[in-house]
Amino acid sequence: MIDLTAITRIFHMGDQVVRALDDVSVRISSGEYVSIMGPSGSGKSTLLNIIGLLDKPNSGNYALDGKNVTALSENEQAQIRREKIGFVFQTFHLVPRLTAAENIELPLILGGIPPKDRCLRVDAALLAFELQDRAQHRPAELSGGQRQRVAIARATIMQPTVILADEPTGNLDHHIGGEVMSLLEKLYESGTTLIVVTHDRELGARAHRQIIMRDGKILTDQANDPA
Amino acid sequence: MNTIDTFHFVFRSLTAHRLRTILSASGIAIGIAAVILLTSIGEGVQRFVLSEFTQFGTNIVTITPGKVSTHGGSLGAIGSARLLTIEDAIALKHSRYTQYTNASVMGNAEIRTQGRSRRVTVYGQGPDFSRAFNMQVGIGQFLPDDDPRNPRAYVVLGSKAHTELFGGDNPLGAILQVGGSRFRVIGVMASKGQILDFDLDDTVFIPTMRALEVFNREGLMEINIAYQPGAPVEAVVDDIKRVLVARHGREDFTVIPQQQMLSTMSTVLNVLKFAVAALGGISLLVGAVGMVTLMHIAVAERVAEIGLLTALGATRTRIRILFLMESTALSTLGGLAGLMIGAGVAWLLKLLVSNLPVNIPWDYVLGALALSVLIGLAAGVIPAMRAAKLNPVDALRTE
Ligand SMILES: Nc1ncnc2c1ncn2[C@@H]1O[C@H](COP(=O)(O)OP(=O)(O)O)[C@@H](O)[C@H]1O
Ligand SMILES: [Mg+2]
Repeated sequence: MIDLTAITRIFHMGDQVVRALDDVSVRISSGEYVSIMGPSGSGKSTLLNIIGLLDKPNSGNYALDGKNVTALSENEQAQIRREKIGFVFQTFHLVPRLTAAENIELPLILGGIPPKDRCLRVDAALLAFELQDRAQHRPAELSGGQRQRVAIARATIMQPTVILADEPTGNLDHHIGGEVMSLLEKLYESGTTLIVVTHDRELGARAHRQIIMRDGKILTDQANDPA
Repeated sequence: MNTIDTFHFVFRSLTAHRLRTILSASGIAIGIAAVILLTSIGEGVQRFVLSEFTQFGTNIVTITPGKVSTHGGSLGAIGSARLLTIEDAIALKHSRYTQYTNASVMGNAEIRTQGRSRRVTVYGQGPDFSRAFNMQVGIGQFLPDDDPRNPRAYVVLGSKAHTELFGGDNPLGAILQVGGSRFRVIGVMASKGQILDFDLDDTVFIPTMRALEVFNREGLMEINIAYQPGAPVEAVVDDIKRVLVARHGREDFTVIPQQQMLSTMSTVLNVLKFAVAALGGISLLVGAVGMVTLMHIAVAERVAEIGLLTALGATRTRIRILFLMESTALSTLGGLAGLMIGAGVAWLLKLLVSNLPVNIPWDYVLGALALSVLIGLAAGVIPAMRAAKLNPVDALRTE
């Protein structure tokens, strides 16, 4: 359960003050599938970064699973990112020198999982995302869709409770983008909270709840019935 | 993240840019190799010089004519100093701590026997010379304990003089002409070997009084006193001065304990070795600057990766450790390579240039290795701090 109360995030650009998030309050229950849409610069990424504990609000309160996380230390926040949150980025962010399998393994290494378990879990993930024959390839040798599959496998390998995807299909063509969304939706079906920022109306309409943002505020927040 | 995984991650970063890693590690390697090579030669020379000096024993005091004043001028040069004589040496024999005395004079002369001749170094020495200086006799005996004022005309050959003049023949009893005088051979010294190009065996030993005649000299070049081991050097020197001042009326001679010479010399040699190590250290410094540059580049081009690691739950400490380990591993690899190169070249030098004293000083080697680890740590500190301080959101935005 994500509970944001009166979150404000301010950036200073020279002497200009940008309210990337302006008094935003929102609750997202466990297992929800939420899409966040809105024009560029409306604060979608900032909202996702705050939910993912990559960024701190200037004011407001954030409770995750009933626990106030704004007050936690850096190390405690890092632990929550390790254990509860999976990020998927528009630009994939794979480590270029590591193979697909090693990229997927990275969160397990950071989490201190013993090598034997890691091996089993990586193999299972490669299988689940149909990457078995790409395991030893480096990102440069993979297609965009394959790269995003590696990134999703990496985001889910620690079995997080929340997946945060910031325009995950932004760098993919329409067809491949649809496939990637289906993969993310499978995670939602298995109980993970899924929050997706997207520009694509069609993809946004697949979520069960749609939040539309403008100028750092939530414009509309309504349930949606994906046809 | 456990230690093995950390090492593995760091290793993968280093092998990702193989050429760059090798180049910057070789900066350190060359520095370490230079330190080791230079100090090996320094240490070799030091040991060599000290052993050359101590092989003749360390409890020796040498008296030379003339007084060197503290201002560097020599009284002897003014001409008013009295000569050192055999009588002075005899007087010193009865000094408190004296074990052996030896009156010494040295020069070059032609020696002849059985139609062969050779120019050698001729030493005029007393009968105690071989004992005072730990010189071993090979065949026969050293000069006998004659009256030093009128010794018999005997000669002892250096081993090279022996082989050059007599080949393998037994020379004992043969007559040898030294300068214009005739001497009878009574012994041959054991070989002392060669110091660089200076042959210690191309010599003959004759009694001091006879040598003064051969060289047509009045005074001795030096008197050596071997004192009892354990005797206080200051007291030995004081005794010598008292005896000689009583005879000469003033201190117109110089007394130098070998221990003092040794410690002066080893100080000089230590400074030399350190200077040479510092010289190698400069190339190490250059290598270190290269490493700092490389680590800054490594952080700059991996900003997005740092953001990713943070998003995946890496703490700032973890990121700092990763980059610190990377620079440390790099410099340690360089250090190890440099160690092998330096030791290898030192060993080759020893093999190829047989007269060059080379000796790998292991304390310097360990020091150099520790230094390269430290350089890696130091080179990595600022880049690693920079990496750890990055804002993950900004970092993830760079591509
Ligand atoms: N690090 C930053 N420094 C300055 N301004 C920023 C920073 N991050 C975001 N902003 C500003 O905050 C606003 C919201 O940005 P963002 O959340 O990235 O929007 P979106 O993802 O909806 O396009 C924009 O005006 C953007 O310029
Ligand atoms: Mg955005």
